[in-house]
Amino acid sequence: MDTEKGESGQRMNGSEMIVRCLTELGVEVIFGYPGGAVLPIYDALFKQNNIRHILVRHEQGALHAAEGYARSTGRVGVALVTSGPGATNSVTGLADALMDSIPLVCLTGQVPTHMIGNDAFQEADTVGITRPCTKHNYLVKSVVDLPRLIHEAFYVASAGRPGPVVIDLPKDVVMADGDYCPGAYSDMTEHRSYRPRTVPDDAAVEAAVELIAKAERPVFYTGGGIINSGPSASKALTRFVRETGYPITNTLMGLGGYPASDPQFLGMLGMHGTYEANMAMAECDVMIALGARFDDRVTGRLSDFSKGSKKIQVDIDPSSINKNVAVDISIIGDVGKVLDAMIAKWKKPGGGNSDTLAAWWRQIDEWRARDSLRFQQKGEIIKPQYALQRLYELTKERDVYFTTEVGQHQMWAAQFLKFEEPNRWMTSGGLGTMGYGFPAAVGVQVAHPDALVIDVAGEASLMMNIQELSTMMQHRLPVKTFILNNQYMGMVRQWQELFHGGRYAESYMESLPDFVKLAESFGANGLQVSKPEEVDDAIHTMIETPGPFIADVLVEKTENVYPMIPGGAAHYEMKLGPDHGELEENAEDGMVLV
Amino acid sequence: MECPLAETIETHTISVLVDNEPGVLARVIGLFSGRGYNIESLTVAEVESGNGLSRINLVTSGPRMIIEQIKAQLDRLVPVHKVSDLTEEGPHVERELALIKVLSTGEARVESLRIADIFRAHVVDSENDSFVFEMTGKPAKVNAFIRLMEPLGLTEVSRTGVVALLRGKNSI
Repeated sequence: MDTEKGESGQRMNGSEMIVRCLTELGVEVIFGYPGGAVLPIYDALFKQNNIRHILVRHEQGALHAAEGYARSTGRVGVALVTSGPGATNSVTGLADALMDSIPLVCLTGQVPTHMIGNDAFQEADTVGITRPCTKHNYLVKSVVDLPRLIHEAFYVASAGRPGPVVIDLPKDVVMADGDYCPGAYSDMTEHRSYRPRTVPDDAAVEAAVELIAKAERPVFYTGGGIINSGPSASKALTRFVRETGYPITNTLMGLGGYPASDPQFLGMLGMHGTYEANMAMAECDVMIALGARFDDRVTGRLSDFSKGSKKIQVDIDPSSINKNVAVDISIIGDVGKVLDAMIAKWKKPGGGNSDTLAAWWRQIDEWRARDSLRFQQKGEIIKPQYALQRLYELTKERDVYFTTEVGQHQMWAAQFLKFEEPNRWMTSGGLGTMGYGFPAAVGVQVAHPDALVIDVAGEASLMMNIQELSTMMQHRLPVKTFILNNQYMGMVRQWQELFHGGRYAESYMESLPDFVKLAESFGANGLQVSKPEEVDDAIHTMIETPGPFIADVLVEKTENVYPMIPGGAAHYEMKLGPDHGELEENAEDGMVLV
Repeated sequence: MECPLAETIETHTISVLVDNEPGVLARVIGLFSGRGYNIESLTVAEVESGNGLSRINLVTSGPRMIIEQIKAQLDRLVPVHKVSDLTEEGPHVERELALIKVLSTGEARVESLRIADIFRAHVVDSENDSFVFEMTGKPAKVNAFIRLMEPLGLTEVSRTGVVALLRGKNSI
């Protein structure tokens, strides 16, 4: 799409063009941090009132906040950072968004074009550094290209499988004058090369529905693609799964895609998923993978992954098909559209063979009866599972969004919080970024100012981006942080216990701050609890106290996450843990795998 | 499920039409290095200056499943217009150009010239004790010529890598 600048163009400088483009694209908020190379853009932002700017305290926070905003709204998140360190600090957030398919546009400042390559002050090869951790990136070399590329970046970020896009903006380009033609850049339906397929092949859908109808031991396995496709995809999924009467499991990224309270829901699958979900995957005869990518955390040992099943995979990204696991029927398309097409072709109310389906459900109910998430809250020390169970019970009637950091608390949150709808659960799945949840909660709260936003945190992860408490104070974002504080990097400690002979190298969190005083030093509030009977009151206080709040919940230090498929094991080798009378074994053969 | 596709290693010649813009080659090469794919040869040049399109021809090898991945991964790069697996699409012509320097005198020098004639290689530079031969052909032919030159004073080789087109009326 070439835009000839004609007489209709309005003269303005590059920075003003950026602001105009963002406004035209419907951007309401930018998460950013100023610096030398982006001063002209900040100047243009200063002179307008359409776009709100949220000043973060570290560029990584800006990217995670934009991710939280995007994930909780379905819109493109926008970040603005300066050149050099601003751009390099953004890299973790970009990589995180790439792994979890989150649509972002990150504007990075750059030194003036004539200085590029001269090792100028705050120069970094941003397009070089971010090439492998973005869906696409641009270095804008002329103000003539600027408005078209900004519109294109938003199209690329959100079309097909979403992802992060970087636009590197040399300072002379954003200061140069050029012509801006309102409305001339927005039609990206005919991008010259990037036109991902969204409408599925009819024959493939037909074949898939036929296989689904004939299944005797089926299971739906759905992932983040359902969330990315939008709330209508969740509705279509719910309708189709109910019409079939088949069981369904969600990946970590797919939680909320199907209502967790529904009896057909088996819970999350994978390394710390439920026994019934993993056994259903292992023993099924037809697997219906929808917007899920057969991640190693899901499959366990590949050579023993669901060997007896026919597999159907639906994905908008052809490179996700047959990547780790060979499938029998593949459908390229937007999973929401594919589900609509499947529903239209589905002719058998009540599912396929009802006798075999009933037998399959009896088998699943037997697995379910093992109650793999069982734990016992006894004694004077709070079990992390108990704290989360109470957090769920006391917030489930509210308009609530959860973010998490990464580690044991994240897995317990995935197990014990239940999501009835999409976009309520923000977690770092693919990259596993400690420090994600706190800034992500900033973005969620900005998008949903009246909602209850809770970051379920570990004390170690929280320390990685704790500076964003200042952001929350400045912008009056009443984020609640619920720390499951075990004074360890809990997941590291768990693996050291299980696979490294109990040698706890560097996983003890020495010299932790007093989180209550820390909150108070920022002008926020906090409270610490250590007894099970105090948990409910702490949750009430946290919710009812205005403004940001940190609840520091001291929990059992050596509790492990179960059930667990050890790294490199198969689904059927799942360990249920000590609450099921299983000994915790020290085995060093899993050491090599992450 | 057993993965029958993962068994044998295949070699494929793949042509990719891309926007001729800065960084596009880095995207392709970065994809191969970042994901651990093989590149046996790679050529790139602008082929449609009007449309600003370049053609990358690459020869890669791997199990079938990986070859399919390579094509899917290439295809989802934003500046990529078309990915075409010539090995799969049917008969195609592959050619490579090589410059080969041979230092020799006497009988060896005469012998090198005689073999060059058989291979239809041209002499593009000559001194009393050196030749630079230019030849085009399939990589196997170039390899064979180089092997024959080895005992005759071969000192330096420069090769372009493979360029390829489908035979007949079809194009990618």
